[in-house]
Amino acid sequence: MSSAAATLAPVHEAHPTSTGLNNRKMVFWAFLGSECMFFGSLIATYLVYKGRDKVGPHPHEIFNIVFTSFSAFVLLMSSLTMVLALAAVQRNNQKTARLWLAATALLGMTFVGGQCYEFSEFFSHGLKLQTNLFGATFYVLTGFHGTHVTIGVIWLWSLFMMATKGKLGSERALDVEIAGLYWHFVDVVWIAIFTLVYLLQ
Amino acid sequence: MWPVLAVLPALAGCNTARDFPQTTLDPKSDYARAIQVLLEQQVFWVAVIFSFVLLATLVILVKFRARPGSPEPKPIHGHTGLEIAWTIAPAVILTLVAVPTVATIYKTQAAPPAGSLHVRAIGHQWWWEFNYPDLGVTTGSEMHVPVGRPIAIDIETADVLHSFWFPAMGGKRDAIPGHVNHMFFTADTTGTFPGQCVEFCGISHANMRMKLVVAKPNEFEAWVAGQKQGPAIPDSTSLAGAGHRLFTQSACVACHTIQGVSAGVIGPNLTHVGSRSIIAGGIYDNTPEMLEKWLENPPGRKPGSLMPNLGLTHDQVTQLVAYLTSLK
Amino acid sequence: MATTAATLHAPAHAEPSGLWSWITTVDHKRIGALYGITAFCFFLIGGFEALLIRIQLIRPDNTFVSPDVYNQLFTMHATTMIFLAVMPLSASFFNFLIPLMIGARDVAFPRLNAFSYWVFLFGAIFINLSFVFGGAPDVGWFGYANLTSKQFSPGHGVDFWAVGLQILGVASLAAAFNFIVTILNLRAPGMRLMRMPVFVWMTLVTSFLIILAFPVITVALIFLLFDRFIGTHFFIPSAGADPLLWQHLFWLFGHPEVYILILPAMGIVSEVLPTFSRKPLFGYPVIVYSGIFIGFMGWGVWSHHMFSVGLGPLADSFFALSTMLIAIPTGVKIFNWLATMWGGRLELKTPMLFAIGFIILFTMGGLSGFMHASPPADLQQTDTYFVVAHIHYVLFGGAIMGIFAGLYYWFPKMTGRMMNDRLGKVHFWLQLVAMNLTFFPMHFVGLLGMPRRVYTYGANLGFNEMNFWSTIGALLLAPAILIFVYNWITSWRSGPPAGNDPWGGATLEWAIPSPPPSYNFGTIPEVHSLDPLWHKDSRELVLASNHVHGHIHMPPNSYWPFLGALGMAMMMSGMVFGWFVGIPGLLLMLLGFYNWAFEPCH
Repeated sequence: MSSAAATLAPVHEAHPTSTGLNNRKMVFWAFLGSECMFFGSLIATYLVYKGRDKVGPHPHEIFNIVFTSFSAFVLLMSSLTMVLALAAVQRNNQKTARLWLAATALLGMTFVGGQCYEFSEFFSHGLKLQTNLFGATFYVLTGFHGTHVTIGVIWLWSLFMMATKGKLGSERALDVEIAGLYWHFVDVVWIAIFTLVYLLQ
Repeated sequence: MWPVLAVLPALAGCNTARDFPQTTLDPKSDYARAIQVLLEQQVFWVAVIFSFVLLATLVILVKFRARPGSPEPKPIHGHTGLEIAWTIAPAVILTLVAVPTVATIYKTQAAPPAGSLHVRAIGHQWWWEFNYPDLGVTTGSEMHVPVGRPIAIDIETADVLHSFWFPAMGGKRDAIPGHVNHMFFTADTTGTFPGQCVEFCGISHANMRMKLVVAKPNEFEAWVAGQKQGPAIPDSTSLAGAGHRLFTQSACVACHTIQGVSAGVIGPNLTHVGSRSIIAGGIYDNTPEMLEKWLENPPGRKPGSLMPNLGLTHDQVTQLVAYLTSLK
Repeated sequence: MATTAATLHAPAHAEPSGLWSWITTVDHKRIGALYGITAFCFFLIGGFEALLIRIQLIRPDNTFVSPDVYNQLFTMHATTMIFLAVMPLSASFFNFLIPLMIGARDVAFPRLNAFSYWVFLFGAIFINLSFVFGGAPDVGWFGYANLTSKQFSPGHGVDFWAVGLQILGVASLAAAFNFIVTILNLRAPGMRLMRMPVFVWMTLVTSFLIILAFPVITVALIFLLFDRFIGTHFFIPSAGADPLLWQHLFWLFGHPEVYILILPAMGIVSEVLPTFSRKPLFGYPVIVYSGIFIGFMGWGVWSHHMFSVGLGPLADSFFALSTMLIAIPTGVKIFNWLATMWGGRLELKTPMLFAIGFIILFTMGGLSGFMHASPPADLQQTDTYFVVAHIHYVLFGGAIMGIFAGLYYWFPKMTGRMMNDRLGKVHFWLQLVAMNLTFFPMHFVGLLGMPRRVYTYGANLGFNEMNFWSTIGALLLAPAILIFVYNWITSWRSGPPAGNDPWGGATLEWAIPSPPPSYNFGTIPEVHSLDPLWHKDSRELVLASNHVHGHIHMPPNSYWPFLGALGMAMMMSGMVFGWFVGIPGLLLMLLGFYNWAFEPCH
């Protein structure tokens, strides 16, 4: 690319932006703001409807706090490995990056697996979406969260594939950073859900 | 908005009760009058502010319209003093409105006074049920209250959202599934006042009307006494008697209550239907002709009506009309 | 790569034409045109629905349309005007103008921009398909639970409505993300935030409102769809659910939505008034801050739509006070607009007439809004025609008048030709008179006790005469709009050439040719003041931006956003039509997104 074209390029990565923030990073922050309202509405609905049910099962009858604490811990740890993955990419160390990306994705899959187990347990206790308001608000809230984690896992594996092909050099650090932003956000949302839904009686 | 000011007295001056029976501008209760005071204050400020904006615009249009040789405008970017002034001025006006507003909110939403007459207004698709729990009276579409006594109304619904509104008596309140809403007022004038459902509630929302009869206390007592009596039992050989038999033997009993005859609760209680002035959710006067038309094809009269077309013959309709009108 | 850029995207080449070039375009100006024309067509459809409503109400107990058709008409009229006309008309201005006004070549994400248009188009078509597939939605644009439940609305209308709004939400969100980044990141050198035109500011505020408000309605609609398709009980009272949850979620979205509709028009008016007063905007920072304040406060007033539900005196008082508070910045804006004209040299061209009309009519709408900010008064006014009058003074007198001001003002920039000013004035006066004839009596018929959303009314309630005149007004509005359409088409084909700057505007878009070249600015301009074209030195600098140095590299066309949008709309509409539409849609969407992600964009 010629220097003239580079300076004139309208929407080029290298082109300095007015704020100095990269376009994709900024749009992702805006997206996360939007997501906050999305999960905020879901959590608020859960809290508003808590205790209104006429038929069980009720939350305290089926929650297994020990098990969910474990899967919450797993998800929290995955934020740590995500940070390490990004650091490795920024150092242009694709081999280490691959390791931490795989670790993050596996931890995420462990969490999703735990959620599947939890759902099937609740199901066997007679809690379906249609059973009562708890079932509806709980499954929709945690289901949407689980979907977010699943999308994150797919994203991480595709970054892993890129690293495997040697295409995840430090010039792609922004790609990993944005995936990391998403991953940390999903993690933080889980902390909110775990506290407000599971721990708050 | 200045024409509001000009028109309001004109509207109040003419016989609004006669020309506009459902008006909000002719209050007939303490509650409605409290609202009217706020409205008049608002109309005053609305008129002042709008006159100012309109006048300023007209002056600007006349004074600063481009003409040949108009001077080049000075590039003024702002004026801090003016900005402060026209931030404070609306704030002051709003405070003047806000204080009585909040006072009125708390006054009109307080607990109803002791000795209030308790009425439950229950919205159904598409008619209103009125139940007087302390008197043991249930009626439909037509609500009776005594003048001068506080009326405490519980507003409920049997299906979807509705909203209870007699404009002459004051503001509306929604009927919400799972909630019991409250309002109270003391009517200060006798007469009949129309009202209707004001929350969209389905296909026949427009046909969900009602009537309030504000009567002198003794007239109200007489009405209550009449409602508490058992239904008229017609002579079995008369036309009404045939209607009575037909009623008890047909689908009518599944939905309607006639004390001692049937116990349905889907449709209005018909024990004293003949004493009411309106039928079919208040869309028709209660005359034998209209009752006949209604019974022939309810959904044709009130679209979506839960009362089906029973396929009655003309003779059957005549018998039923005779019976129902006898239920004074 | 420079060579390919030179051959493919050299400036001053003939613009590509033909259907394919429009389907694949990523040029913000073309997307703006697509948005504008599509939205105007829906504005005509929504207006036609309104005419049918008014004809039904011309006399009591009329039988022109049946009650179920009437309920579909008022539901679709509001849904169409809000989501398919006013919002996308604003989006049309955002698209066409924002890059020009901030001195950029395009938006931050051109293909996302194309995607949002196509999603909007398919969503709009989908929601209107309900008319031919068993009946349009008939529960009001606010869709209050529990009337929307399967029990009370067994037909497909509500499904079309809920899925359609979800599709349209995707379009709005995509566009809003794009404009936030575009405005914050792509400003020309020297264009500090407080040098941005007010229209750009209002676009920014609107975009933030969209990204924060739409997730809330998305969640509410998800609950509704779960209730209707899966049998959950989010809004089923017998299971302990509270139908008020819907109202809170809906209005938590719905009130910011009101500002999403009006703020862009305020921005347009803030551009038009200075140009035709030959005087800079009075109190620019105050207008900007009050716009931000309105956007912020818009989150704290939603329950004023719910005074009649009985939230209790404390909540009623709180929302009354917050609503009155929001009147202050609104009033301040109006005074600043008047002060902008004061001392100016007013050229009463058509855009200016519409802008002045906006001020007066919006003031009226604002004042009736101030009246129902007081809950006791509101309890007599809400759900009557008084509120119908209020919203039409705000949305027709406000948003639509502002949009017409913008359409006349920027027509020369968009097409390179002038519109017929005389016809424009005829349009203005006819619309002004007809609009007031239609909506002014509604204040009274409302105060006299006529509820809204009724397909008929009793003959003995005194509503007859005022309804008659309202209908006559509506019938006069139709020719007013048709005059505009005629003027638009003929002027586009054969209007006199406009030149770069027919009105003597102050902002960057007037520095470049009309219509602008695909790359907008040959050189990115440097900005040194709020109204760069009105200062001798900065004018030179800005005009220099027309010089082209070297090759200008523009993003290539792409059909993947189109296919991705089509796939997404099909996937979501599969909820109503069935898996045989949904599954191919999903695959098409994934195909589109995948290729979009890996398509070179430089």
